[in-house]
Amino acid sequence: MVHAIERAAAVAGSLKETYITAYRWMLLARISEEKYASLYRGGKIHGSVFLGKGQEALSVSIAMNLRKGDIFAPLIRDQAGRLAFAETLLDSTRAYLGSRQGPMRGRDGNVHRGRPREGYFAMISHLGAMIPAVAGALLARRMKGIEGTVGVASIGEGGTSTGAFHEGVNLAAVERLPLVIVIANNQYAYSTPASKQFACRNLADKAAGYGIEGLSCDGTDLAACLETLQKAVTRAREGGGTQMVFASLLRLAGHGEHDDALYVDAGLKRTPLGRDCLERAECALLDRLGTAPKQITAWRAEAVRQVEEAVSAVQHEAAPNPDEEDWCALSSRYLIDGFTC
Amino acid sequence: MSITYLEAIREAQAKALADDPRVFIYGQDVGDFGGAFKATKNLAAEFPGRVLDSPLSEDAIIGAAIGAAIEGMRPIVEMQYADFSTVGFNQIVNHAATLFWRTETPCPITIRLPSGGTKGSGPFHSQNMEALYAHYPGLIVMTPATVEDAYSMLLEAVAIDDPVIFCEHKYLYYHLKAEGLPLEAEPVGKACIARPGRDVTVVAYSAMVHEALEMARELATEGTEVEVVDLRSVKPLDTDTVLASVARTGRLLAVGEAFPWGGVTAEVVARVATAGFGLLDVPPQRLNARDTPVPFHPNLWGTHRPTARAMAIAVRELLRL
Repeated sequence: MVHAIERAAAVAGSLKETYITAYRWMLLARISEEKYASLYRGGKIHGSVFLGKGQEALSVSIAMNLRKGDIFAPLIRDQAGRLAFAETLLDSTRAYLGSRQGPMRGRDGNVHRGRPREGYFAMISHLGAMIPAVAGALLARRMKGIEGTVGVASIGEGGTSTGAFHEGVNLAAVERLPLVIVIANNQYAYSTPASKQFACRNLADKAAGYGIEGLSCDGTDLAACLETLQKAVTRAREGGGTQMVFASLLRLAGHGEHDDALYVDAGLKRTPLGRDCLERAECALLDRLGTAPKQITAWRAEAVRQVEEAVSAVQHEAAPNPDEEDWCALSSRYLIDGFTC
Repeated sequence: MSITYLEAIREAQAKALADDPRVFIYGQDVGDFGGAFKATKNLAAEFPGRVLDSPLSEDAIIGAAIGAAIEGMRPIVEMQYADFSTVGFNQIVNHAATLFWRTETPCPITIRLPSGGTKGSGPFHSQNMEALYAHYPGLIVMTPATVEDAYSMLLEAVAIDDPVIFCEHKYLYYHLKAEGLPLEAEPVGKACIARPGRDVTVVAYSAMVHEALEMARELATEGTEVEVVDLRSVKPLDTDTVLASVARTGRLLAVGEAFPWGGVTAEVVARVATAGFGLLDVPPQRLNARDTPVPFHPNLWGTHRPTARAMAIAVRELLRL
């Protein structure tokens, strides 16, 4: 079987460059999240930390296929895609550490962050809710006569069980919107196994029910993810309507860092699903793309340096001050209900 | 030319569409069909591509409106009945209402809720949702009681940069008529004195204003002067106008068509007790619907909701205290 790298290389000359860029974002995501986890364990982060470990290949492949002006609604395991799409390490770190600077200003934290007006949507915790929001943004663009832009909404197999997922996907399908729904089947929604989420033989069978295109890939294989997302995003961009991408992989962390994930079937970790996409990408770089081990070491060191620099900078930023907070949930300040009991 | 409450809502939407290219309408059956109540009659033909039929998906309708608002549009969405907005509740209270505070991105969406009871409508086509939405920070909740307010407040709702829950009362759709559309209006957030009086303050909103006015006319024949305050919007709630009225009368009855636990009437009484306890000559009272689902049969429905008659009894008791 021809490896996906070679297959894709036939159509894209710059594939090696793309692969390397993607790998470096994955590396930065992994290292930044390891740092956040360590800060969490040290009591430096309020709330939770959610790792995208094992899902970096899929996540980065979304961003690698998006352009400026596209829309991305990431979910909790999309650190790689967030960084590669639009977010600075500084803003990501600010959200986790609760800095008063950056877009969230201590009002919301960890993965609930974004810059919506720049096409980088800020997820709410209720799964499926972001899908109709991206669909609506694309509907608005159609009304405004803007063509050629694409929206991507991330979700997991657990989220496919929600009503919002169904409503959003169906709406996008009916309107033939250029929306790509990327489903990471990471086998567990918190502790609930995939067998309790859906009864169809293959999750990808769902696409047919909506009358949309479904594409599947091995979520642990960066080249396969890049190739599949490229196909899906290109089809959507060229007027092919709503697309759904299904990636099989295994969540290589707990639901959050508070979770030891002892419920995960140990056998699964030894199946192909349990392979670490970052390690696989590294092997591919060394074995197939001729990257020198020294080079990888240098990239890793550079990523560590960037993360340390961001964390150190943010640790010097002030925390939000309740006395300076304006406590105003409306943009129309004149309509604030001023009565306080 | 006389115009109904429903026609005013249609005219306000036509004007909003005509005045601002960012406005569009989205909802079930709102397109060529013109809406379940015809509130969007002919708008799809007059404004091609801007009055769109949605699937039966309240969550997705609101979610899509939020996404469109992020893109700079100003969507008006119609929930076919206020009751069905519970399916879109999550998008309203967790997404639309939090967006500006979390991300500094304004969310100018108007959510029209055909609200309240009418004969024979039963538990799922009669509800009043204003208290639920007013509970959440980040939302504005309007409850127009007149043809003029239905028109001017809907236009103001579309112009506001925040999510607005527009509770339009179905009972008023055809019953209520005015001579024409208003040229100017009181701003949202200001209550008004629907009828002045010196003996007792009745605070009401939406369809209950008309029951209160009917009661006030009846009690006037007995020599009791009831002052009726129309809240107009329940969030923001114009506490000052209510307090000023209670300062004149010393007696308060707060009336709402919604269920009795908590809600707008409880909020009004709590505010007056907190900020105007000394103004009260007697304990403040509330009158709400009964604590059951809204019944289908008119005989039951007529006693489930507060009526002019029930209000008259409550006011007479209040005067005896």
